[in-house]
Amino acid sequence: MTEIFFILFAVVALGGAVGVVISRTPIASLLFMVATLASVAGIYVLFEAHFLAAIQVLVYAGAIMVLFLFVIMLLNLGHDYRADLRFGLWSLLGFVVVGLTFGVLAQGFLDVGDTGFREDGAAVAAALDAAVQEQGVAGVIAEPLFTDYVVAFELMGLLLLVAIVAAVVLAKPRSRSGES
Amino acid sequence: MLSHALLLSAVLFVIGTLGVIIRRNAIIIFLCIELQLNAVNLAFVALSRYTGIEGQLFVFFVMTVAAAEAAVGLAIIISIFRHYKTVDVDKFNLLKW
Repeated sequence: MTEIFFILFAVVALGGAVGVVISRTPIASLLFMVATLASVAGIYVLFEAHFLAAIQVLVYAGAIMVLFLFVIMLLNLGHDYRADLRFGLWSLLGFVVVGLTFGVLAQGFLDVGDTGFREDGAAVAAALDAAVQEQGVAGVIAEPLFTDYVVAFELMGLLLLVAIVAAVVLAKPRSRSGES
Repeated sequence: MLSHALLLSAVLFVIGTLGVIIRRNAIIIFLCIELQLNAVNLAFVALSRYTGIEGQLFVFFVMTVAAAEAAVGLAIIISIFRHYKTVDVDKFNLLKW
């Protein structure tokens, strides 16, 4: 059953990813991307990462993609039906880079086995399931987030603040000096 | 299922790389970068099942950075669009020699 769902989600994710790269209009690319993100969220569920699956759908497929949509509509793109794919030397370079990258990644991933890179993988998975039973799906992530990784968490908040300020400053129409 | 998920993540990553190289629309290039980030997230989640919860925490951080990056990057694209009236990266040739 799990395998069937995995294959289903994987096929949708791959089809969506190909669609993002080859579709002509930006809006179509964006909708393909939403399909990919949603099916990756489904794969998260298959790996028992329910909280991250919810965050993926809410934040990624919801908020970030809507931000992209706003920008596409704000800039009024999608009327130029000239395909913006590069051909010739660029696509040759692209496929060489893709082939090399995939070769390196696949070589690293093929000897992973069924339980990750460690022998006690099954025990870790069982311990994780027990922790989820005890603390809930959000509690399991929240507990290390607010203890061991609290500095990184606070820096993340600072980063978001900086990003908000930067986005407002960059997107604001530039006023000439002396006018403002 | 683990090795299949990692393989899927590798394929998604290289499709994203291909998109970054062969597209000219700056927004699509941005989408492809998000696709690459998502592929890495998938690998993190798949491995975290058998190596501990830290992988999921890192996915959380990656998502936050991706959100910040999307906001700032799209603001830069808007700012460039105002100047050049296009999002074609071949037209942004101010730094070309």
